[in-house]
Amino acid sequence: MSPLAQLLEAALFAAARPLSVEELLALEPEAGAAAVDAALVEIRDTFAAGTHGIELVEIGDGWQFLTRRDYAEAIERAEFAVRPRRLSPAALETLAIIAYRQPVGRIEVDEIRGVDSGAVIDKLVERGLVEIVTRGEGLGRPLLYGTTPQFLETLGLKDLEELPRLEELSVALRPPAPAEPE
Amino acid sequence: MTTPVPVMGDANGGFVVELEQFSGPLDLLLHLIREDELDITDLPIAKIADQFLAAIGELKLNQAADYLEMAARLLRIKAQMLLPRRAGDDEWEDPRAELVRRLLEYQQIRELVEWLGAAAARRAEQFGRGFAPPPAAPAAAAPLVIDLNDVLGAAERVIALIPEPVLHRVVPRPLDVEGATARIEALLARREAFGWLEVVGERRTIVEVLSTFIALLELAKRGVLSVRQDGPFAPIQIRREPPRPAA
Repeated sequence: MSPLAQLLEAALFAAARPLSVEELLALEPEAGAAAVDAALVEIRDTFAAGTHGIELVEIGDGWQFLTRRDYAEAIERAEFAVRPRRLSPAALETLAIIAYRQPVGRIEVDEIRGVDSGAVIDKLVERGLVEIVTRGEGLGRPLLYGTTPQFLETLGLKDLEELPRLEELSVALRPPAPAEPE
Repeated sequence: MTTPVPVMGDANGGFVVELEQFSGPLDLLLHLIREDELDITDLPIAKIADQFLAAIGELKLNQAADYLEMAARLLRIKAQMLLPRRAGDDEWEDPRAELVRRLLEYQQIRELVEWLGAAAARRAEQFGRGFAPPPAAPAAAAPLVIDLNDVLGAAERVIALIPEPVLHRVVPRPLDVEGATARIEALLARREAFGWLEVVGERRTIVEVLSTFIALLELAKRGVLSVRQDGPFAPIQIRREPPRPAA
């Protein structure tokens, strides 16, 4: 691999969290984003050649070394690492609404789910999956929530664009703004 | 989550349902609709209202406000459907429309839940390197080790800050938090970082000290500044925080 790719490989190994191209540029500012991109692809292809137990994955607005899926069970059986706890259906419902409607307030989440969601939202904030992004207009200037990079990482997504488009689902979601009467 | 068949026969021919499997009245309603393969857009409201009432009775959910509210809504729609209407009446609005819209919307959320759940499960099959602190984690505070002399020394230093300990006079002045806030903000405007002693200034009455401290905590809570103390009784450092982006 090129010297730049080796440097990035070392940094990605050391960091243990997804590193963005901007962050990686700090290692070698003169290299330029295009060269970093190319080096990342070089590392990914090297590890994808089928002779490694880990792979370089584009995830959570950055890049990270992860173990291959094939070894999940063995690693877990030996208790070297533990899978994160599954999210409850209530948590996933709330996450889905926040992901697609962000920034969105608690009242709207309650309305769509038909149940009070305050406690669920607090839990998601605690787990770092959503955060308060701004305050809305109107009575009491309600807190509005949005998803975090941690959300992308937990779902193994590069960015929010990877979420399924609503048109691809079998039923259409109401548009965020109230529809104008024709 | 998907709850294909949460209903199991029991000895009495009734049914036992695990409450946990419904995340709310809309979920239960969708389950009933699917079970009977009903058309959401042309909902037989009388039938579904009766089933819903029976279900929440069986599930002992008839105490839960969210379910009761839905039951009331269904009964109201059922009543509205019974009102006579003229043929070809363009003004007539289907009383079910709002409920149908919410059901469809909720159904879509359930589809997304499936997708998100699968994505999270897939991600969980890969491990990153473990035991690394998350990026924004603050450094762990050192364990507090003090002995009696430290405490007494600290108490003396605090007492020394008060010019004349007055024990028998009630201070008529309320805390001047606003004044202290203004003073801190003025300092912040000029300098990025400064020490505690620079904030309390020369007028170190106990009221002044308290006002300043409350003002500092309030400003720190608002994210205007950060307060840092490297060890017990070390000088307190105040630092301006960059303004948070609004979106």
